[in-house]
Amino acid sequence: MNARGPLADAFLSALIALGLFAPMVGLETHVGAHGIALAPRPLAVAALVGAVFVLRLAVRLWQARPHRAAAGPGAARARLAAALGGTKRFLIPTLLAIAVVMPFLASRATIDLGILMLTYVMLGWGLNIVVGLAGLLDLGYVAFYAVGAYSYALIAQATGLGFWSCLPASGVLAALWGITLGFPVLRLRGDYLAIVTLAFGEIIRIVLLNWVSLTGGPNGISGIPRPTLFGLRFTMTDGPGTFAGFFHLAPSPTHRVMFLYYVILGLALLTNWVTLRLRRQPLGRVWEALREDEIACRSLGINVTTTKLTAFAVGACFGGFAGAFFATRQGFISPESFTFMESATVLAIVVLGGMGSQLGVVLATLVMIGGPEMFRPLADYRMLIFGLALVVMMVLRPRGLVTERRPSIMLGAAARAAPLALAAEEVG
Amino acid sequence: MGLAYALQQLINGITLGMIYGLIAVGYTMVYGIIGMINFAHGDVFMIGAFLSLIALSGLASLGITAVPLALAITLVFAASLAALYGWTIERVAYRPLRGSFRLAPLISAIGMSITLQNFAQVSQGARVKPLAPLLPGGLVLTRAGGFAVQLSWMQIAIAVTTVFCLGVFTWLVTRTPLGRAMRACEQDLKMAGLLGIDTDRTIGVTFVIGAALAAIAGLLFLLYYGAIDFYIGFVAGVKAFTAAVLGGIGSLPGAVLGGLLIGLIETFWSAYFSVQYKDVAAFSILAITLVFLPTGLLGRVDVEKV
Repeated sequence: MNARGPLADAFLSALIALGLFAPMVGLETHVGAHGIALAPRPLAVAALVGAVFVLRLAVRLWQARPHRAAAGPGAARARLAAALGGTKRFLIPTLLAIAVVMPFLASRATIDLGILMLTYVMLGWGLNIVVGLAGLLDLGYVAFYAVGAYSYALIAQATGLGFWSCLPASGVLAALWGITLGFPVLRLRGDYLAIVTLAFGEIIRIVLLNWVSLTGGPNGISGIPRPTLFGLRFTMTDGPGTFAGFFHLAPSPTHRVMFLYYVILGLALLTNWVTLRLRRQPLGRVWEALREDEIACRSLGINVTTTKLTAFAVGACFGGFAGAFFATRQGFISPESFTFMESATVLAIVVLGGMGSQLGVVLATLVMIGGPEMFRPLADYRMLIFGLALVVMMVLRPRGLVTERRPSIMLGAAARAAPLALAAEEVG
Repeated sequence: MGLAYALQQLINGITLGMIYGLIAVGYTMVYGIIGMINFAHGDVFMIGAFLSLIALSGLASLGITAVPLALAITLVFAASLAALYGWTIERVAYRPLRGSFRLAPLISAIGMSITLQNFAQVSQGARVKPLAPLLPGGLVLTRAGGFAVQLSWMQIAIAVTTVFCLGVFTWLVTRTPLGRAMRACEQDLKMAGLLGIDTDRTIGVTFVIGAALAAIAGLLFLLYYGAIDFYIGFVAGVKAFTAAVLGGIGSLPGAVLGGLLIGLIETFWSAYFSVQYKDVAAFSILAITLVFLPTGLLGRVDVEKV
């Protein structure tokens, strides 16, 4: 396949790297007194070029391993599939148990990270309905997250209602937006739909940014009410009507963090439960059928537009719930939080998890959100690593971490034979 | 005043539209051949702008200040290095995913876009980089009611460069064996491969040409606005894609036409309605076009076969 030797190949890669990095990394532009000044950085270039050389050489030598061809990829994949199938039975309860017990054992920072990850899990599960089940590529999912957050903030400010009263309204409004935006565009083909949803996401952000009288513009909305537990507030004092006072506990800020954690855990599990139930219903089956073959669906008399709209609306609704939670958790929202990056991150979680797989979303969140958090000391390099990781993981595992793209229902003999064949196939 | 003001906006809009058109050609070519939205294309444009800035600064410090010479060297430098970026991106992030399921290259492209943006931010800093105007002044076309309609030298330079590059590009696509191979791949990739065209190489060349044109657009953007940062690629990219869709994706003249239209719409919207909502105008055009005219202005009807 590759005629050049590993060494020549690595040398060529290094040469290309030199071309790529010499100006961009080697010559840093500084804004000086007399226009732009250039500062040379030869060492950084040398290090990068050297790294590319070594990496390419390592990859080539790894690919040239002798035993690879002998064993064949099929056998290894089947083994991996069997191992995955075995662990999956224990993995889900284990993860769930860890998620439930975690706040009692972990530090406050860890619980905060847990809240962040669960928010993304919920968003991932919500988007999974649209992308994974119905096969509609939505690059503007953050729009519904934003609608949910702003709906809650604005309703709460205007009416004085609390989080739990406003939560359904946030979801319903987000779903309404989903229907409004989705109706004209859902007959578009996949890629076009993607770019239009991206445009809608941006439009909503720009409107939030510029409609100062309603949304506060770039300053955002602050003083959003915090959630209560059946009317019990979480405060630093222990008077009547507070959580600490009612349960005779010493007031602690950790109580609220823990409470928020369980709220988002509950919301995320609700999303998961609804999705799993919907998949077993005619609606969910039509979604999956639509994903597999739209033309076949149409010729069977399925109303494609309505079906797509329901997926869009249900996904948007959960996005809205997550948005309301985000607003109440932060107590402050601004358009800054609803950039395209968020949509891209959530979509990456869904695709990387393996489209349609609920477990995959969780694993991908652990990798994509937990991973960068670990790289937080690297500050500026964090998003660079995120982007590179996205490319590398896509190239290595284009079908995602857990591939479960199998219809929920199959007929007769096919159903009995399929799981094994699919299990072998899906690891690939 | 009214007419003169409108004429000035027309000139500004066409200038901006040419920049969008140059970027849009790259989108439409890649989409035409492999049916994929090259999400990182806008960021290649941004890298091109940075390469231009580096080259111009370098040339200034070397004492080469003759503007046409400096611009020519910068153009070749930025276009060829950006072409290398384009080729590498295709080789590293897209080629391994060819034949994979539809979303995989798109996600990879989004990852590449994030990578390039942050690469530029880390290597060149997050601050806005200004560039002193190279060609101040211009032609005053007409004066009306105290308002001078000006065609700046810079706008003339942008127009000349764009027309020249698109001319070379058109010649390349319509008159050379390479262009024939590209058109064949665009019509039917599999069949072109069966007939002995090296499809991988042709796709690589497509990315190279697209990236070079985007880099030239980056240079023109830098000259026109006099300031760049690492984030310019995203918005410009989405608008250029809008232009490609508006013109009919897959159609090369359509991309240029769409670019000009988007530039005009944006400029007139900013001039007469509101600057804040100019992006909303462009994005709304995108949605409206797709809903009512899915093939764009010059695109052809795509029959979906079972």
